[in-house]
Amino acid sequence: MYELKDLLISLAIMCVITYLCRVLTMILFRKKITNTFVYSFLQYIPLTVLAAMTFPAVFFSTAALLSAILGTIVAFVLAFFKRGLLTVALCATFTVFISEYIMSLLNL
Amino acid sequence: MHFKQGVKDGFPIFLGYLSVSFAFGVLSIEKGFPVWFPILTSIVNFTGTGQFVGVDLIAAGASLAELALTMLIVNIRYALMSVSLTQKLSPEIGILGRMWVAFGNTDEIFAVTVRKHKSLPLSYMTGIILCSYTGWVGGTAIGALAGNLFPASLLSAFGISLHAMFIAIIVPPAKDDKRMLLAVVISIILSCLFYFIPLLSSLGTGWSVIICSVLAALIVSLFFPLKLPKEEEDNV
Repeated sequence: MYELKDLLISLAIMCVITYLCRVLTMILFRKKITNTFVYSFLQYIPLTVLAAMTFPAVFFSTAALLSAILGTIVAFVLAFFKRGLLTVALCATFTVFISEYIMSLLNL
Repeated sequence: MHFKQGVKDGFPIFLGYLSVSFAFGVLSIEKGFPVWFPILTSIVNFTGTGQFVGVDLIAAGASLAELALTMLIVNIRYALMSVSLTQKLSPEIGILGRMWVAFGNTDEIFAVTVRKHKSLPLSYMTGIILCSYTGWVGGTAIGALAGNLFPASLLSAFGISLHAMFIAIIVPPAKDDKRMLLAVVISIILSCLFYFIPLLSSLGTGWSVIICSVLAALIVSLFFPLKLPKEEEDNV
């Protein structure tokens, strides 16, 4: 179905561009930043990136909206009480699994 | 010692990656790719969104220019994340070390390392990267080779695991610092606008994440700048 040559060329393009995005700034920025504004921006950006990636995408990350909402609530509550990453991830996953199982029993 | 700590911190990522890359492996086979293709893709790319989008485009017969441009849009956020990460790396890490760390700068590894309050040595970064990378490549291989053996309900449930991890990273700092909370709330509001308003959503996830996160961070940095920290010399 796919030509070997095409697959390899496509893969090379993906890999080179992904890596360039990661490596260029990593090599160019070597000094500690002393400007308050730039420093603040770099402190805020990790959280804003993750927030934008998570919401609203998390609600559409499972088979049903309801199970995703329940999983998100569980993740939020555990995170609020500062549970570890693994605990939060596994409990949310478990919640989705159980709620989808119950939904399938109820024919929802 | 630092290496071990890195592996330990990488373990939740390892588990999350197993499931996501597993899904990637399954999906690629469903699209008719040979078994080696998703595995090699995971080995050389080591990124989630980019790989899913890339494989979709290739399967749809997109042009190479379209593939290249989309990869750029989806991955350009890494350029920002790499700048943030340089501020956490031990100054002793040379150019080769940085090239290695850059390869491992995924959303999740970035999210975990950037929370650290001290400078990170290469051994720590290598630990967390290798641990996560094993999960990423291993999960892809399992998915590509044996994906049809697992029930769909389990796959669906794992769909939330990485998002849940992000929530675990976002909430504590936002709870402790009102400025962080404001930055997060603005970013989420913008992101929802970009998702639900038709004209904006046509931009695609890659651009949307960059625009929302940069705007939110700019606004909050302008009005509520943070104080520069004192010099830190100690390690992890």
